[in-house]
Amino acid sequence: MTSAGDSGTVVSLQVSGLAYAYPDGTQALFGVDLTIRRGERVALLGPNGAGKTTLVMHLNGILTAGHGTVEVAGLPVRSDTLREIRRRVGLVFQDPDDQLFMPTVREDVAFGPANLGVRGEELDRRVRDALDRVGMLEVADRPPHHLSFGQRRRVAVATVLAMEPEILVLDEPSSNLDPASRRELAEILRNLDVTVLMVTHDLPYALELCERSLILSRGVIAADGATRSLLADDELLAAHRLELPYGFAPSALPR
Amino acid sequence: MSAGHHHALYLPGDTPVHRLPPQCKLIAAVGFAVAVVATPREAWGAFAVDALLLAAVAAAGRVPLGLVLRRMVIEVPFVLFAVAIPFIGLGERVEVLGLSLSLPGLWAAWNILAKATLGVVASILLAATTEPRMMLLGAERLRLPSLLVQIATFMLRYLSVILDQARRMRIARESRGFVARDIRQAPVLARSAGALFIRSYERGERVHLAMLSRGYTGQMPAVHDLPASRRQWAVAAVLPVLALTTAVVARSLA
Amino acid sequence: MHVPDGFFDVPVSAGAGVVAAAGVAVCLRRARRELDDRTAPMAGLVAAFIFAVQMLNFPVAAGTSGHLLGGALAAVLVGPATAVLCVAVVLLVQGFFFADGGLTALGVNISLMAIVTAVVGWTVFRLVSRTAPRSRTAVVVGSFLAALVSVPAAALAFTVLFWLGGTAPIEVSSVAAAMGGVHVLIGLGEGLITALTVSSVLAVRPDLVYGARGLRAPLVLRTADGEIPVDNPAPSPAPKLGIRPVLVGGGLVALLLAGVVSFYASSAPDGLNKVAADKGFNANEKPHDLENGPLAGYGVSGVENERLSGGLAGIAGVGITVLAGGAIFFTVRRRRRDEAAA
Repeated sequence: MTSAGDSGTVVSLQVSGLAYAYPDGTQALFGVDLTIRRGERVALLGPNGAGKTTLVMHLNGILTAGHGTVEVAGLPVRSDTLREIRRRVGLVFQDPDDQLFMPTVREDVAFGPANLGVRGEELDRRVRDALDRVGMLEVADRPPHHLSFGQRRRVAVATVLAMEPEILVLDEPSSNLDPASRRELAEILRNLDVTVLMVTHDLPYALELCERSLILSRGVIAADGATRSLLADDELLAAHRLELPYGFAPSALPR
Repeated sequence: MSAGHHHALYLPGDTPVHRLPPQCKLIAAVGFAVAVVATPREAWGAFAVDALLLAAVAAAGRVPLGLVLRRMVIEVPFVLFAVAIPFIGLGERVEVLGLSLSLPGLWAAWNILAKATLGVVASILLAATTEPRMMLLGAERLRLPSLLVQIATFMLRYLSVILDQARRMRIARESRGFVARDIRQAPVLARSAGALFIRSYERGERVHLAMLSRGYTGQMPAVHDLPASRRQWAVAAVLPVLALTTAVVARSLA
Repeated sequence: MHVPDGFFDVPVSAGAGVVAAAGVAVCLRRARRELDDRTAPMAGLVAAFIFAVQMLNFPVAAGTSGHLLGGALAAVLVGPATAVLCVAVVLLVQGFFFADGGLTALGVNISLMAIVTAVVGWTVFRLVSRTAPRSRTAVVVGSFLAALVSVPAAALAFTVLFWLGGTAPIEVSSVAAAMGGVHVLIGLGEGLITALTVSSVLAVRPDLVYGARGLRAPLVLRTADGEIPVDNPAPSPAPKLGIRPVLVGGGLVALLLAGVVSFYASSAPDGLNKVAADKGFNANEKPHDLENGPLAGYGVSGVENERLSGGLAGIAGVGITVLAGGAIFFTVRRRRRDEAAA
């Protein structure tokens, strides 16, 4: 990790005892505990229906915890801190079409910082900067629906980067990407100097990008450790409905 | 009706007409349409002047005649209606090629055809020379309720997404041998419509979440300022003022 | 059917514009209270849906097909206020971005296809669901009747506007008959499709159907005394708000506008009258219904000054239009108040 060192001790995200039931009574989270330090890139793995998306919705206060707490860089998620929390937690949705709702890429990237009150020169700088970091500066004035799917996902990352978040949370970043776009996105994510929580069931992608992984299963964190060792544990994976692609052996990869 | 009107009309370009601020063009187009409607229908000359004015705008905006004509197809249902009026209209009747036609009906048909045509051409020129995004900014600038403009913004953004979903559902239906022949197939189509509604609604919810995640509190941040100079307003005013003058002159001559 | 420019005279177009603006203003406030900060994205997406569904052609009979107007469908699915906004935005976008429907006829189009269809549709739907027992069948039947009635209602409103300021010399009764007859048929199709669509949404996501909010199952509390059912309250209905100031203000503006506009608009006799006068057959012209109307020739009889009388006719025309619109709103509002009291 590039940013290990003195900043490695600062906690970006702290979730403790988080439980939540939907209004219809279905309980999705049963006491989640996790800690992510600044600069870490962590994968949150889990089968469909494990509660991954529900957990993500708590990180920036879209859902409010039934029990337990979420803290972002020491600031608890509460109704009176929502504004700051939403600046600190950058959520990248699975479907970029949900995220890119403005008529042009530039306006979309500007939406977040503008809501925070950024205007004029500073706003332009942030937009340029964010687009540059994902290599999408040249499409700034295009409407989002004229972009390819991979481009849209990169712009979606930029919309969040423009808010200069404490932690970047990506929901299934590799879904629907062709291999080239997938690799390009991985390169971009690897070079970002922010804390990343990546929610996925794409195990090779987690291995490629994240040193550490958490397995969320049936509403609790079932495992927490180095991605390589978790993925080498066939029994653990099988117990939580996680599977590596055919022919993929994590132990055979170069370190 | 009006097949294919989901294609936006905008024709990219960099002409004086394109460069005018959208709020000026919106007012000009509406003003022109009002002037046309207020023109007495027997003033043939006035309509010819209006048509020339539009031709001048089209030339200045480099909008090809072919595009305008193709787009006028949208008028067809009303052309049919107008053609029917002389047959069912009241009043004095005249013989034309052996057909007994109502004279006031002929006037009414002419009135609707002339005004609807001029109106639709003005709208086509507006849409062809104004980027949809700019049109919305212009509407905002004209103090239309911002919520209404926001709704239209979201609608335009997601129109292609929703239409794409509708198209995929149609392909899925047809690839399994579905042909809509008569009313018995309606339940299948209605199920598609229902599914489309659910997808649209759920997407709306997700978009709302995405907006919340980036600090939305009910107001779109105003980051745009689209000023129009007095000169630009004056340029844009030429069309409606000339049309209005024509209408007034025609009325006073009539 | 989007009315183009030139179909209605200036006073009626302007008056309908004011009615449309007032109606949309009321709905903006109501929708905001129904959906709070979700209004813009939700209504935008539903508007896109309405646009798409209007392009879905339904086969009617041998070779002909029709498409949905969607006002009643939207009212049942998302509530009347949001429905009016969605259809109005669809019409505005079609007018300005697709050159479909005249710019001066936008007021007429919004009044007929957004306000009349949604408000009438919703009123019928409420009547049915209040008289019938709460059930899915009632919701589906209610949607059918709502859509069935909404289409001829819009046609009727069209006829009224036509009588006030149509530009074609057709007997108003034959317009009414033709419009009514055709639109009852179209309404049948609209009703069928609307009911089937609502029913298919009910089957999958009943919680999304605004008109079916009464169908929630009661919650059960498990206590020491056994299971106790309690009410599962629907999201609180939109609070009452003053339509009156909006309508009164809008009405005044309408009267002023129409008065001023038609003062000038009617300074020259209308084409038809002029032809008649020129040809000298005024005397033996068989008077038709249009000219027997109280606003015949857009001049008020008994007022000598031609301009003045034209202006008065314009004011009266708008007044009637506004009253018709207002009556609908107040009926709906009173009904809501009665419900709240009951």
